[in-house]
Amino acid sequence: MSDSSNAKSPSRRQFLTGAAAAGAGAVAAGAARGATADPLITEVQSWASGTGEGVDATPYGMPIRFETDVRRRNVEWLTADTISSINFTPIHALDGTITPQGCAFERHHSGAIEMRKQDYRLMINGLVDTPLVFTYEDLERFPRENRVYFCECAANTGMEWAGAQLNGAQFTHGMIHNMEYSGVSLRTLLEEAGLDAAGDLKDKWVYVEGADASSNGRSIPMEKALDDVLVAFKANGEALRKEHGYPVRLVVPGWEGNMWVKWLRRIEVTDQPVQSREETSKYTDTLANGTSRKWTWAMDAKSVVTSPSPQAPIKHGNGPLVITGLAWSGRGAIKRVDVSKDGGTTWETARLAAPGEKMALTRFYLDTEWNGEEMLLQSRAMDETGYVQPTKAELRDVRGENSIYHNNCIQTWWVKPNGEAENVEVS
Amino acid sequence: MSKYRKLIVTTALAATLTAGPALAEKLGLGRPALPEEVAAWNLDVSPDGTGLPDGSGSVEEGDALFADYCAVCHGDFAEGVDNWPKLAGGAGTLADKDPLKTVGSYWPYLSTTWDYVHRSMPFGNAQTLAPDEVYAIVAYILYSNDLVEDDFVLSKDNFLDVEMPNKDGFIIDDRESAEAHFWKDEPCMTDCKETVEITMQAAVLDVTPEETKARKVQEMMDATNPANKAGDAEAKTEEPAAADEAAAAEPAAEETASVDPALVAEGEKVFKKCKACHQIGDGAKHRTGPILTGIVGHGAGVAEGFKYSKDMAQAGQDGLIWTEEELAAFLTKPKAYMKKTKMSFAGLKKEDDVQAVIAYLKSFN
Repeated sequence: MSDSSNAKSPSRRQFLTGAAAAGAGAVAAGAARGATADPLITEVQSWASGTGEGVDATPYGMPIRFETDVRRRNVEWLTADTISSINFTPIHALDGTITPQGCAFERHHSGAIEMRKQDYRLMINGLVDTPLVFTYEDLERFPRENRVYFCECAANTGMEWAGAQLNGAQFTHGMIHNMEYSGVSLRTLLEEAGLDAAGDLKDKWVYVEGADASSNGRSIPMEKALDDVLVAFKANGEALRKEHGYPVRLVVPGWEGNMWVKWLRRIEVTDQPVQSREETSKYTDTLANGTSRKWTWAMDAKSVVTSPSPQAPIKHGNGPLVITGLAWSGRGAIKRVDVSKDGGTTWETARLAAPGEKMALTRFYLDTEWNGEEMLLQSRAMDETGYVQPTKAELRDVRGENSIYHNNCIQTWWVKPNGEAENVEVS
Repeated sequence: MSKYRKLIVTTALAATLTAGPALAEKLGLGRPALPEEVAAWNLDVSPDGTGLPDGSGSVEEGDALFADYCAVCHGDFAEGVDNWPKLAGGAGTLADKDPLKTVGSYWPYLSTTWDYVHRSMPFGNAQTLAPDEVYAIVAYILYSNDLVEDDFVLSKDNFLDVEMPNKDGFIIDDRESAEAHFWKDEPCMTDCKETVEITMQAAVLDVTPEETKARKVQEMMDATNPANKAGDAEAKTEEPAAADEAAAAEPAAEETASVDPALVAEGEKVFKKCKACHQIGDGAKHRTGPILTGIVGHGAGVAEGFKYSKDMAQAGQDGLIWTEEELAAFLTKPKAYMKKTKMSFAGLKKEDDVQAVIAYLKSFN
């Protein structure tokens, strides 16, 4: 009985039901206080009497079936074919900061390929002392690092430039995930090949390329390549998923997701950027005057309230309410997050679940009281460089509406008296 | 604040760049890459022509190649089909409300086009074009954008002479200066606005995909935990297996008699045009188009799990069977045969190609 009601999805119709339930909140609360005995307590339930599944019923476990609506979703009209497309992490339903691999967004240019570890080869060539080829096993023999980083697609929130469009944090902000990576620093591998041949490193580049049919390739300045880039083969403790580049992907902390090349097969040291398709015709930001910015690699500080939000309405009655969300910056650690309930007129500083870590998601909470009043809910991130997440109007003033990429504006959710929320823009 | 930031960046840069090679301690892992291995993978082409192989191709040759390999998604005139990228047009639109970004209107370097066509196209059959074919296709894309005449021949020698209209249309990331005001010492906390009004609502637009439908949840639940519906699941897996067997057993005898291996081989070549959208044979899945395994002699519009156009689904319900004659008519001019078919393919112009591809399709029955 509780099964069926929990398994249902929060459809629009259900929001309304949820709203009705919220209205009846006072009654329900009364019941819980003991007017009528709760049969879930007074009657022996099946699970308290019979037995459950034995071990090994599911050798590799999936979430319990009541959570099946917590999953990646795509927006069909965005792209011509799912083979070259993107879907979205259900951030509205997650807590903490680590994204489980199984629901972390996917972005493919030529589909998720299947490659065995024994078929994996990584080549380093170009301006190096000795061009090298590594097998997967070779990579596992280099000193390893463990780091938590967010990966955000440059187009995250890109559909919102011209106005409030998609109704849900998953769709407006779900092109992001945050995982703990295990791998070898790119610097270590470059040094293994030797960089004397490259001469002065200041004007050198590293071109990285994937093994799939899209040949997705990006040019990374040597300075970044030697700083914190990882060649990763594990995420959240286990092998990368196929859709995230199994067996090996690049991790480029704080920089746009397109540079995190999956199925990494080649690293070339060059004396100029290749100017590949993904760094000229795409992932460049057109300003209002028609000029376009290129090499906008760093992801600006950004945040979003994940709950309450359109897919996560308030279903309980009046009283204590937890407002929560995520904040991140590609330039460093999150220092502070403020929350506004009145569309940006007044702000209060939220509690960070843990001190911000560089280029990783930070969870924030505002433990508050809600009594059915309308809210225009916003969050505003600040990072350690002093950058403050701008409003959409401030962003449009500089970037126009045709940027597609790098929309890090403050998001507004209109929370209504029935607890339902909607994506809106405010003056 | 901004000065401080630059200081950090510069110091970090100096540290990473100088400390690098000096600290290098090699572990002796990996093996030297052989020259032929580097040659096989080191294909990228840079704006100054680095990486371009010898070769050439004309607009005329490109026109034919484009029709064969590219037009299915990009349109005969590079104008784009459905949601697939438009490669031509859009000149002077970059400052408009909805700019049209194409090779002609947006791409700053011709090398990018050559490199991308060579390594990433055709979609579903990448890395199969010879350098001369790539030169020809790129020449045709330039022609479609009115950037060269119809007698133009693109080659390694004249490659750098082609002027890309938007070559000066890009600036290097200037956020730290143009957006310096986003670095605020202390943002406003109270009385930050006089009034707040809702100016736009997502619900009005209504473009958000519907949340999970009950049916989908059920499917997911079955997939996640088949034990939930053990009886049904077993029945389901048995059924298609039996059907497959029957299908495989019957036409096989007839098949061997009528198949001409040379024609099938010819058809396999023609099928390259179909491959971007259709899969056939073991492990085939629905893509932009449905699976084609066993299509000859099969009912139209009924493959499970594929979303057909209304017309195709209706034709299937009305009993259309893909006999060789019907298929030939469809493949020759899809839109003439069925006006609203989702298949955006222009059609096979040569009768021989039609027969060959049907023979190839039949070889999977």
